[in-house]
Amino acid sequence: MTGQIELGLMVAQAYKSYGNLQALKGVDLEVVKGEFYTLLGPSGCGKTTLLRIIAGLELPDSGRVFLGGREVTHLTAAKRQVNTVFQSYALFPHLNIFENVAFGLKARNFDPTQVGRKVGESLEMLSLSGLEKRYPHQLSGGQKQRVALARALVNEPEILLLDEPMSALDAHLRAQVQEDLRRLQRSLGTTFILVTHDQDEAMMISDRLAVMNNGVVVQTGTPRQVYSKPTNQFVAEFLGAANILPARRQGNQLFTNLGPLHVSETPYWEEGHLAIRPEHIVLEGEIPQGSVNCVRAQVREAIYRGQSLDLWLDPGPLRVRTNTRDRLGPGDQVSLFFPPDDLVALDNQPSRY
Amino acid sequence: MDDEKTTNKNPANKKPAMISWRGDVTKLSSLRLKGFALAAPPMLWLLFLLTIPCISFIFIALAQRGEYGDVVWNFSAHNLKRLIGFGSFGWSIDYLKILGRSLLVALVTTVACVALAYPLTFHVATRPRKSRVFWLTLIIVPFWTNVVVRTYAWLLVLGPNLPPAKLAAWVGLIPAGTALYPSSMAVYLGMITTFLPFMALPLYASVERLNWDLLEAAKDLYASRWQVFRQAILPQTWPGLSVGIIVTFVPAMAMFVVTDILGGAKYMLIGNLIQQQFSQARDWPFGAALSVALMVMTLISLSVFRRRKINLDQNINLDQN
Repeated sequence: MTGQIELGLMVAQAYKSYGNLQALKGVDLEVVKGEFYTLLGPSGCGKTTLLRIIAGLELPDSGRVFLGGREVTHLTAAKRQVNTVFQSYALFPHLNIFENVAFGLKARNFDPTQVGRKVGESLEMLSLSGLEKRYPHQLSGGQKQRVALARALVNEPEILLLDEPMSALDAHLRAQVQEDLRRLQRSLGTTFILVTHDQDEAMMISDRLAVMNNGVVVQTGTPRQVYSKPTNQFVAEFLGAANILPARRQGNQLFTNLGPLHVSETPYWEEGHLAIRPEHIVLEGEIPQGSVNCVRAQVREAIYRGQSLDLWLDPGPLRVRTNTRDRLGPGDQVSLFFPPDDLVALDNQPSRY
Repeated sequence: MDDEKTTNKNPANKKPAMISWRGDVTKLSSLRLKGFALAAPPMLWLLFLLTIPCISFIFIALAQRGEYGDVVWNFSAHNLKRLIGFGSFGWSIDYLKILGRSLLVALVTTVACVALAYPLTFHVATRPRKSRVFWLTLIIVPFWTNVVVRTYAWLLVLGPNLPPAKLAAWVGLIPAGTALYPSSMAVYLGMITTFLPFMALPLYASVERLNWDLLEAAKDLYASRWQVFRQAILPQTWPGLSVGIIVTFVPAMAMFVVTDILGGAKYMLIGNLIQQQFSQARDWPFGAALSVALMVMTLISLSVFRRRKINLDQNINLDQN
């Protein structure tokens, strides 16, 4: 990190167990102030536990948490400038929308006129004006979610934590809310940390993300880095589809069951795996003479997906994603080109994750 | 009738009006008949064994005691006057004191039971599922024992020369060699142990279904311990708590067994007084007057209580998401 970049959050070597279950096994995390950061992983990977430790709702067995350079490991949620949007939204059912949003300010004895102004601003920012007197059960799912956001943001937290806030919304609304959330974060400049298991959501919404599995952070980076250069098989397969090819290295040459392949970054291992995304494999009519990374294959199955055409090819099974203008069906012969830049050599430690 | 109107409007539907109700399709008239048949026995039971006796008490209260303890039907407000202190020997405050003391004992018992039931039910509800049954059984076991027997058990525990009494004597609260009863403390011990399960069981039903997210949300939003209780726990547990308060307070107002055994002759509550009127004194009219007074006092307390809870139980459990 350069001197200009300010750390909003740092977690160092966080461990947490529940009985025999190890939820976190030494997690390190650095989140830059003002970025939209996502903790992405399958259920049970420890992402929610990590979020709760950041919120102050859970104490790590060992490890430390720093907020803007200040250690907060042993401070309760009430003593941290961090607010959470809960998965269930957790709106107080006996309080109306105004009272729900005003809760955090009133609990800290803010001046009543200030409370009114701030709550009003916050409701307006999330297009909830006019709903002040309603009760949570009178709102739609999307409105409830915005109330939960307003209730957290009105406190002007250093970091806003979002625990799978989109999971209760239907697919159409979810896409809308994801865009709104991203815009909101950009305009406020507040650090947002989102927990999700939805890799598409993580991709489109975050500046950077951490992929977690089995209580460990497997890889961090921008969505582009993590998607196009997965460091191991778990990341390659969790973030969209991937073809995993066993390979052997002899000098700078890599041999697979498709023949010799060139890779832009030569791996350190003798035996390991290569990954390539289905949409990165190029379909060509003719293989140019003497060209490298070209393979002939036969279509075994074609799956029409509206926006794309997925082909399962022999030898393989190899998955290729192409556009729907290609009218290919089972039995057709195709030529494939594997761009060396898109062929990624995976880290050779699959057992660790 | 509504159903006939709708049938006439729709000429295609000439059949008798059928309605669907909870998975059954049936004629409205037969559904009504079924409803009456099912509701009639409990309604008649309440009418003859509760409503009519209660109303008859008002008339008996206005009658007089005959010389041999019989009821003489010449109506006057004599018993009401006695109740507020105008007895045969001029004005005395005794009966009002007894009424006041009954109210106080019931209130203190209820408040103490609430204060004890919250930690108790939270303890049980946060145990692993298997051991919860064990803890719940411990709460329910006293129900299997008669209240008189349980109260006598306190006599043994609080008796002279036993550790509790010895400790109290050593501190200097009571003379050495005496028992810890009769005393207010013994009465409250007896009352609270009698009524704690009545408070704890309905409260437990609410605590077990507690949405802990709301507690965490309150803490996340800078709430103090009291605010967490007031805004996250109390509204959620209100349905159980209000039932517990009613089933504790109402019988506590009328309790006489515990005070009789542990309170001694001086600790008279309205329950004891009523019992005396109907037994030793053979003064049914005055007993009825006292009973009506107790009923009125209980109803007033409950209506005050119901008014206080506005804004607490509305909207609760309606939030489906």
